[in-house]
Amino acid sequence: MNGVHDMGGMHGMGAIQPEENEPVFHAPWEGRAFAVTRAMGAWRLWSLDGARAQRESIPPVDYFRMSYYERWIAALVELMLRNDLVTRSELERGSPEEGSAIRTPPLTADKVPRLTATGVSARRDVPVAARFQIGQRVRARTMNPVGHTRLPRYVRGRAGAIAQDHGVFLFPDTNAYLLGEKPQHVYSVRFCAPDLWGEHAAAQDSVYVDLWDDYLEPA
Amino acid sequence: MTTTRRGLPTAEATTANAAMAPERSHADEHEHQAVPSDPALRVRALETLLVEKGLIDRAALDALIDTYEHKVGPRNGARVVAHAWSDGAYKQRLLSDPDSAIAELGYGGLQGEHMVVVENTPSVHNLIVCTLCSCYPWPVLGLPPVWYKSAPYRSRAVIDPRGVLREFGLELADNVELRVWDSTAELRYLVLPERPAGSERLSEEALASLVTRDAMIGVARAGAPRAESRG
Repeated sequence: MNGVHDMGGMHGMGAIQPEENEPVFHAPWEGRAFAVTRAMGAWRLWSLDGARAQRESIPPVDYFRMSYYERWIAALVELMLRNDLVTRSELERGSPEEGSAIRTPPLTADKVPRLTATGVSARRDVPVAARFQIGQRVRARTMNPVGHTRLPRYVRGRAGAIAQDHGVFLFPDTNAYLLGEKPQHVYSVRFCAPDLWGEHAAAQDSVYVDLWDDYLEPA
Repeated sequence: MTTTRRGLPTAEATTANAAMAPERSHADEHEHQAVPSDPALRVRALETLLVEKGLIDRAALDALIDTYEHKVGPRNGARVVAHAWSDGAYKQRLLSDPDSAIAELGYGGLQGEHMVVVENTPSVHNLIVCTLCSCYPWPVLGLPPVWYKSAPYRSRAVIDPRGVLREFGLELADNVELRVWDSTAELRYLVLPERPAGSERLSEEALASLVTRDAMIGVARAGAPRAESRG
């Protein structure tokens, strides 16, 4: 979707504010929000792409007002409601409905080291032909899907060249809604800075963007 | 919108109940004041509910937090870089097969399943960003700093990367090619900074101490060795 999360190239966002000796979490609740979100993901009722899509659908005014982990929690609550893991009245009173089933958490402490050390790969070991070859000129398609996509607006319609083939990965635009993994090649596409931003951009500079086969057409 | 740093508790105390039920009207919110508006209280209430429903295990949360507060962070990446500086064959493996090379040092996993390592040279400088969200190589750099996830960095790193570097105190010569890597897919990027001059005789451990998180994102260079540690 053409949301405010897709920020590449926007103006007026202000100065970057690095923080000396920044802690991993600025308050204990941020750590809890991070961990609750990861632990709920272990139910596998939504994908990482689905969680991203949910965060992206936070209305712009709220998106900017919320801090990073507030967005995580806002999206998590919506995902849990939609998947009937909690009810609205449970959220309001903070305790389970009377007589509701007590479940068994899929992620227990003993499984955390394996999860963090192994991760969850989005690469798929299936034979899918690459539509483009390294060095080939391509154009990012002009498209404006209302749902989740990882094709940033600032490259749509722009021409670049295939720099690398990363192999076959599941497709976020469908995987976000559990509509199929649609595995396909992901390429590193090199865009010359002036082709994206105009003649004032440094001619020797470039932006590399990782793009799926379905986002590209021959140029 | 505000340009103040996001993520500080003081900035969040004023946010409304939107996280609990974004679509609820203001009138509804007043009727349900039992829902705390402070994120700390709200997250605690949510955690309690989910534990009581058997949806999450509190010890698993503690383990996750402990992992990213104490075990996984930019020191991992610094060791990878220092090893690459010290061992030419390792550096070649790191650039050609980063997942295996990083695993040799015992690192890998969540949000670093598929790594790409990009090398800075006298003629090429690399910069990492995720314009869409916050993608970042957790196993080698830990969780991203707030500025990396912020609107100013995400918006400008691709359109004005030289201005961004200048803001970090890094002036890039015109004859240096700048490559910005936008982490739009499931590849995660690590910059292999240039080895600082005067570091030839340093031990790998001393070299690692010169490698900052910012150097591995590409907004800084690796630090110069202190005079007394020069060989």
